[in-house]
Amino acid sequence: MELRSSLTAGALLLVLSAPAWAQPAKAPANDDCLVCHAEPSTTRGSGQPVVVQPEKYAASVHGPLACVGCHQDLAKVTEFPHPEKLAKVSCAGCHDEATSKYDLGVHARARRADPASPAATCVDCHTAHEIKPAADPTSTTYKLNLAATCARCHADAAVISRRIEAGNVPATFRDSIHGQALEKAGLVVAPSCGDCHRTHDILLKVDRQSPVHRTNVPATCGTCHAGVKQAFGASIHGVALARSMPSAPSCHTCHTAHGIRRTELEGWQLGAVEECGTCHAEALRTYRDTFHGQVQALGFARIAKCADCHTSHDIHPTEDPRSSVSSGKLVATCRQCHPSATENVLGYDPHADKRDPVRSPHVYYTAQFMNVLLAGVFTFFGLHTTLWFWRGFREQKTPAAPKQEAREDDDRGAAE
Amino acid sequence: MTTAAPPSERHYIRFGRADRLLHAGLMTSFLGLAATGLPLLFSDMPWAATLVRVFGGFIIAGTLHRFFAIVMMAVFLIHVGRIGYRVFARGEYGLLWGPGSMVPQPRDFVELYQHTRWFLGLGPRPEFDRYTYWEKFDYWAVFWGMLVIGGSGFLLWFPAAFAKVLPGWVFNVALVVHGEEALLAVGFIFTVHFFNGHLRPGKFPMDLVIFTGVVSEDEMRQERSLELARLEQEGTLASRAAPPPTPQQIRTGYLVGGLAIGIGLILVGLILYSLIGSSH
Repeated sequence: MELRSSLTAGALLLVLSAPAWAQPAKAPANDDCLVCHAEPSTTRGSGQPVVVQPEKYAASVHGPLACVGCHQDLAKVTEFPHPEKLAKVSCAGCHDEATSKYDLGVHARARRADPASPAATCVDCHTAHEIKPAADPTSTTYKLNLAATCARCHADAAVISRRIEAGNVPATFRDSIHGQALEKAGLVVAPSCGDCHRTHDILLKVDRQSPVHRTNVPATCGTCHAGVKQAFGASIHGVALARSMPSAPSCHTCHTAHGIRRTELEGWQLGAVEECGTCHAEALRTYRDTFHGQVQALGFARIAKCADCHTSHDIHPTEDPRSSVSSGKLVATCRQCHPSATENVLGYDPHADKRDPVRSPHVYYTAQFMNVLLAGVFTFFGLHTTLWFWRGFREQKTPAAPKQEAREDDDRGAAE
Repeated sequence: MTTAAPPSERHYIRFGRADRLLHAGLMTSFLGLAATGLPLLFSDMPWAATLVRVFGGFIIAGTLHRFFAIVMMAVFLIHVGRIGYRVFARGEYGLLWGPGSMVPQPRDFVELYQHTRWFLGLGPRPEFDRYTYWEKFDYWAVFWGMLVIGGSGFLLWFPAAFAKVLPGWVFNVALVVHGEEALLAVGFIFTVHFFNGHLRPGKFPMDLVIFTGVVSEDEMRQERSLELARLEQEGTLASRAAPPPTPQQIRTGYLVGGLAIGIGLILVGLILYSLIGSSH
């Protein structure tokens, strides 16, 4: 209150004392604005500061521009302090391409749907008076700073609980291979939020136009991972995805979207097997019946896993000669681990199914025989043991039958 | 028959030093093989992963498994060699047939029948000679298991070498056989053999004869009265007389046997837990 009254007094003094000020239609110069706005004590009625730091503004990309260039309604104001409520600054006058893209995006849509939405506007990402070009390392939109800028809202618990199904995405992203490359290694070639989601025309992943729509993800990732994009595109998964088959996986199905980890990590490789199994449940079950799958299930990655035989991205149907498990290539595939493997490995079934007499007759009938053997032995001796225990227990509780006792006594007598 | 020692103190040799050593080797390698192999069979259970980590990872567990396999094979071959030597070089044909032989004979079926009648309270407890039918089953089960598990194990140990002559599906079959037969062997030894040999009323908690080698005359009369009578008649009983086990031997026997039974029961408990868990 004190500040405000002193401000009011100062402004009154200006208006009353100087007839020169009364001259109309002369827009205030930046220095005029800074008379009040450079002063840290200048606040709104609510107490919110309205400071513009002169040197920061001067250093910003808009530094040469006049305040009234953006705050156009102040150009004609003659009374100071000017009303608190000003017209909303429109960036569109100069940045029509960016703003028209922004208008298509999720942030603008959210604001149109709910004017009270906290969805980001231009200034939330670019700041108002300290805007730097994205290429400037001090810019909020610089490659290495962008994730932190997005995180100001997207790591905010209130925002997450209102809008974001995926939870604290910035935290997940920070730990990912991309996040670490940006934050730890300072790699500007690593992707930040904007590289996948774009910056102004950000679209929901369910939007077919979105670069993160599942059918567009390979192209998006492929801007950097061009070789993988090529291989995946030709694979059974890539072809199915291009046909929009609902069950077809895209890059993020296996790699996740934000928590992407190094594929050399043991934990990732073990998890990938389970991931394949979410669709290929039968293949996972039969794999787990083999030595490979058993060792993998025990938590050791140095054993044949799905991708070691089928490859990660070049996956083709077994009948396809391009497939690493096609009859033409299988021996070479096995030789990766078993260097002396011969043509005979073709008869080995790494997914033999002991429940399937058609696919795996040898294994099926062997398992049947073993089951009968086990059931027979355990039934017979289970019964034998139970009866013996029961009889032995009774004999111990009650003295042995008199006849037997008598005979033992006789024996003992004879022995002595 | 008169001796200075009171009846309860009189003991006779049942298992010689070599037999006891071979059993110790068999027992140790069997426990080792079971502990290092079962985790693979129940690889989806958390305890299996823990057990393998305890051994230091699956590479080390696998190496231990192969080491114990060699020990067991050695025990087996030494035993077979000894039997061969005794039969062919020393002419102990009694090992092939008769009361001193492990070979199943008609009397075993009769004794099984009589024993079952006794279980049901329909007749007296049959009298046994040196080897009972359930002991013979134990013995031949190991023989069969040695060929089946040992053979399939060697196939899986050297797949590339065997694959030069064998078709690929043999290895699918070998894994199934190795696992199922192992389950049979482990399940049988850790329940039926433990019960028949040690845990049943009258023997509980343990029969130390396999560790001390000697059995008291009282117990022999109780368990193997036909053998006692036969040896007396042959006049060879006195040559088998031995001092009773020392307290030290008894302690060692309880310790080693208790450890083996303990480990075995833990493993069989884990198997049952896993089988019950996965059937739901």
